[in-house]
Amino acid sequence: MLLPGKLTGPWAATLAGAFWLATAAVSAPALADGIELHGAGSTLAAPLYEKWIGEYQRTHNSVILHYAAVGSGEGVARFASGAVDFGASDVALASEKAAKIAGGVVQVPSTAGMVVLAYNLPGFKGELKLPQDVYSDIFLGRIHSWDDPRIAGANPGLKLPARTIAVVVRQDSSGTTYAFTSHLAAVSKNWGVEGRGAGTVVAWPHEAMNARGNEGVASRIKIADNSIGYVEYGFARRLGLKVAALQNSEGRFVLPSPEAGEAAMVSSATGSLDGLGASIVNPHGPEAYPIVTYSWLLLHRHYPPEQARVLKSFVLFALGDGQKQALNLGYIALPPAVTELAKAAVVEIDAEPAAPTPTTRN
Amino acid sequence: MAFQLVLPDSKSVSQAPSPLAYAVDRTFFYAAAAGALAIILLVIYILWEIGGQALPAIGRSGASVLVNTQWDVQNSSFGILPQIWGTLYSSLMALLIGGFIGVSIAIFLTQDFLPHSLATVFRTLIEMLAAIPSVVFGLWGIFVVIPFVRPAADWLHDAAGFIPFFSTSLSGPGMLPAVIVLSIMILPTVAAISQDAIGLVPYKIKEAAYGLGATRWEAILKVILPTASGGISSALVLGFGRALGETMALAMLIGNANQISLSLFSPATTLAALLASNFPEAGAIERQALMYAALVLLAITLVVNVAGTLILLWTSRKMAKA
Repeated sequence: MLLPGKLTGPWAATLAGAFWLATAAVSAPALADGIELHGAGSTLAAPLYEKWIGEYQRTHNSVILHYAAVGSGEGVARFASGAVDFGASDVALASEKAAKIAGGVVQVPSTAGMVVLAYNLPGFKGELKLPQDVYSDIFLGRIHSWDDPRIAGANPGLKLPARTIAVVVRQDSSGTTYAFTSHLAAVSKNWGVEGRGAGTVVAWPHEAMNARGNEGVASRIKIADNSIGYVEYGFARRLGLKVAALQNSEGRFVLPSPEAGEAAMVSSATGSLDGLGASIVNPHGPEAYPIVTYSWLLLHRHYPPEQARVLKSFVLFALGDGQKQALNLGYIALPPAVTELAKAAVVEIDAEPAAPTPTTRN
Repeated sequence: MAFQLVLPDSKSVSQAPSPLAYAVDRTFFYAAAAGALAIILLVIYILWEIGGQALPAIGRSGASVLVNTQWDVQNSSFGILPQIWGTLYSSLMALLIGGFIGVSIAIFLTQDFLPHSLATVFRTLIEMLAAIPSVVFGLWGIFVVIPFVRPAADWLHDAAGFIPFFSTSLSGPGMLPAVIVLSIMILPTVAAISQDAIGLVPYKIKEAAYGLGATRWEAILKVILPTASGGISSALVLGFGRALGETMALAMLIGNANQISLSLFSPATTLAALLASNFPEAGAIERQALMYAALVLLAITLVVNVAGTLILLWTSRKMAKA
């Protein structure tokens, strides 16, 4: 809606509709005093970005922000080509890639998410515990059945069905896959032996079911009995899926929770933004949840003055008040040390009085 | 006897064709010929276009795509053997089930088992199956077929897991639900064409069989079905062709796993499902490989149709000799 908060009742809706029609007819000039910005990327953080945009626009009437959840890989591509004003990715851009983008890039961590192993075992009661070597072997296709002695060994007293494990994985290029496979590559010897490596798209075992997007994986787990798959925590929570307690680097089994995620963040925070992404592939600390990832906003170093002002204020809002909403949606609030670093990075964005940059939209 | 020339008068229904009638006749002939030619050209154009786009992939990896089993975008190594296997396996199983039921229905509705009016109602109902959108079949499969077959599948897996067909447990999406839905989807095609074929068997042949003392089932199985076998086999071929190309319902039900497994309960994939799920995000190189896969699917369909036509020719020739 373009006129939020000013009028109430059905007339407001009618008026807004009429106004929308008018702007659509007259197009850009009607927004002359306002500003419109486009972003695209990560599906992992998309629910949070949409929430932030809604909140921000409520207090800034002249600003319209759009976000398209197209996946991290596509988001980076659109940002690099100048199709959007800001990008979003769960994988920080490598420095050589960042150097190729005209005008320079400012990468700001915006939130962090936990990659959880969600499962659907009908009739199974209790809390499933999975050691690091066991869950990596499940995703390598080396453990086929739920009643495998290695799973049973970690879950004494629990009755596991003699059923085939239905593994669900991501088919599209994904930051969630990157976070998960970087972790597996770090903790599992077998993962390296099979030469799978870490990436946004990897070759999964043949019997794994492929699904598209975090929503796709979560809903596949929901309809498939005896299944297990990796999704961002919030997606599993929204569909009411059960999640496994995973063994962390200290050998303890930890269920995903905001506290466990925060413990992972705090224990691994480094003094600079470079290397932050790599720092948390297998976090330390007894309470730390083992698979966490930062999600990043990709911004240009220079914008036209008005755009620079709005983007800075939006990102600072996200790093400030926005962090409270992250918790409600199943994300992890950034540790204060990291938000300070991020805020310092945002300041580097400056207004560019000169001719329009390639990112300017007419 | 003198030859009498009768000229049409104003009361006669027949008249010498007017120049306009000639013109209409000619125009219709050329329009129909152009339409027929356009269809042939369209098929050639589609083949040309897909083949052209697949050419780089064919040049790069040749026949190895047909025997490789991994669709690996990261390393640009593409193999479609699991997809070919899944396509043929699911279609053959669907043909087995849907073909048997379809021909049975055709016999039931044409051989006076039912009053004529009731048979017409049944026939219309079965043909209405063809009007249900594929995506509705997919949803129905997920929410009705899967929960319905799961207990039986679990029981079979527990009791007879040593048989390769039941060697894994059914999680949800997988070969069996896909085959069941697919066989229902090809049912209208098989049933309708088989009914027409059986309906074309001359009445006197049936009468003769009864006259020689054949029972009803002897007449049906030994006289009527063999006489109609040409039409029935073309019904089966058309049904098989439909099963090969079915996309949406299968993409929703088969589970999208690139494996070759005999197990009816494990997830699999098909060529059409691969195309549907990978095209939206494919980069240039993957797109060429997908075009290759599309070409393979076209070739399989073509082979099936040619084989069907040959069977039809062969049976009708045999019938003529007998």
